[in-house]
Amino acid sequence: MTQYLLSVHSVAGEVRDPMTPEQMQQAFQQINGLEEEMKTAGALVFSGRLSEPDTATVVRMSGGEVMTTDGPFVEAKEHLGGFYIIESDDLDAALDWAAKTTAVIGAPIEVRPFWDSHGA
Amino acid sequence: MRDSDAGPARPTRDAAPTIDDAEVGRIFREESGRSVATLIRVFGDIDVAEDAVQDAFALALRKWPGEGLPPNPGGWITTTSRNCAIDRLRRESRGHELLREVAVLRRGDDRPAQEEAGSVQDDRLRLIFTCCHPALSTEAQVALTLRLLGGLATYEVARAFLVAEPTMAQRLVRAKRKIKAARIPYRVPQARELPQRLPPVLAVIYLIYTAGADSPAGQNASDILCGEAIRLARLLVSLMADEPEVAGLLALLLLAESRRHARIAADGTLVLLRDQDRSRWNRAMITEGQAIVRACLRGNRPGRYQLQAAINALHADAVSMEETDWSQIVALYDQLLSVAPTPVVALNRAVAVGEVDGPAAALALVDGLDLDGYHPFHATRADLLRRLHRPGDAVDAYQTAASLAPTAAERDFLAGQAERLSDVAGLDGPWIT
Repeated sequence: MTQYLLSVHSVAGEVRDPMTPEQMQQAFQQINGLEEEMKTAGALVFSGRLSEPDTATVVRMSGGEVMTTDGPFVEAKEHLGGFYIIESDDLDAALDWAAKTTAVIGAPIEVRPFWDSHGA
Repeated sequence: MRDSDAGPARPTRDAAPTIDDAEVGRIFREESGRSVATLIRVFGDIDVAEDAVQDAFALALRKWPGEGLPPNPGGWITTTSRNCAIDRLRRESRGHELLREVAVLRRGDDRPAQEEAGSVQDDRLRLIFTCCHPALSTEAQVALTLRLLGGLATYEVARAFLVAEPTMAQRLVRAKRKIKAARIPYRVPQARELPQRLPPVLAVIYLIYTAGADSPAGQNASDILCGEAIRLARLLVSLMADEPEVAGLLALLLLAESRRHARIAADGTLVLLRDQDRSRWNRAMITEGQAIVRACLRGNRPGRYQLQAAINALHADAVSMEETDWSQIVALYDQLLSVAPTPVVALNRAVAVGEVDGPAAALALVDGLDLDGYHPFHATRADLLRRLHRPGDAVDAYQTAASLAPTAAERDFLAGQAERLSDVAGLDGPWIT
């Protein structure tokens, strides 16, 4: 089994059609349904949605001192909006989960394997 | 290491035909794809498989010229490679782990469970789907396919695409690392996945062919790539007999190949379809290609490769440009446009329309296309403008086309057209090569 990070990429300031409360409700149900499906299949390791990037703080070493600054670390249009960590036999199975996720969330998903000593 | 039967006391084996190094190389090119594919399945590691087949090649170079060809060279290569791989893995510390895994794999979850119902599939089919997995870039797909299935050396792949050898080596290393790290599976997709997974495989084979036909790296590179593309298409036909697009691709490549040599004059310049010596077209390839097209038509599941093959089959039938069944070609392009609505297809359709309805009708279609960076677009416009007696515009278009053309043959031809335009009657024709 290999673990994969499915990261959900959001684009800052991207204009989307505002959702009606019903649509919002429906989207939440779909996302919950998908997570249930992942759990039932034994694929879901962990998932989470992140707050906006301007809530981030960066901590780094500078001249031997720890320095704390306002984030985000990278100012970019695209940012990590949330992620799933899943476990599957191979990339195809992980891509199937990513396809279902992007269909529900509507944002592109990057699928990236976790490093392990057997891989490269 | 010393061969026990080397030296003057070697027993006579005159039954076996003598072969030289080039012949050993040729046989390995032919057979190595199968061995690499099998070893990848057994050892689960591409590098191990490649190194082992390389070891077997070195061994064959030492043995075969003296001892003659083994009765079944392909079987010899696979068995010898497998033994070489085990020897190598025993010598390496990381190998012990891999060998244990292989032992587990072969004892435990052995084939039947993983094998798709009923059929033992050729490992090369697994390999081509892995090489052409959509998670890999097209460049990587092409390089891996040529290296692993085609048995081309890295420097040969690099030369064919005019890329420095270290660049190509790096591309291959990266692709193999991704296959391993992301666990791109080594299996034939299920029927429901084929609509997504087969097109990139066909596209890679087609790309290898067109890269060969238009290779700026010269005749030798062209022959290698075009030959390899046809070999891969044949292989795929033998492994996936039920897929009409696979057959369509083979037919298309055979029909294109039948006139590849007639496209280039003795002095290296390009010869357009109109001016080609049709007696130089390869009749055997045409016959084979046309037979496949007819079988495809009977199956009635058209797709882009079958339709392109059918168009080429009509060209192959015609004794001259004028005698060509252009209205049938336009009808096929209409169908092609509905399954592959790309501007390039629309451009080719416009050329055919020009032969039926005249250059003005064609130019109106061409001018609506967004293909500014594509040299056949400008070459086509140039020809239509010339036929519409607008030489100034035609010269501009030829010059633009020449500046964008990838090969010297095409550049020279197009620049020559621009120069000759002031001459009396144009001898050129539509941009179909």
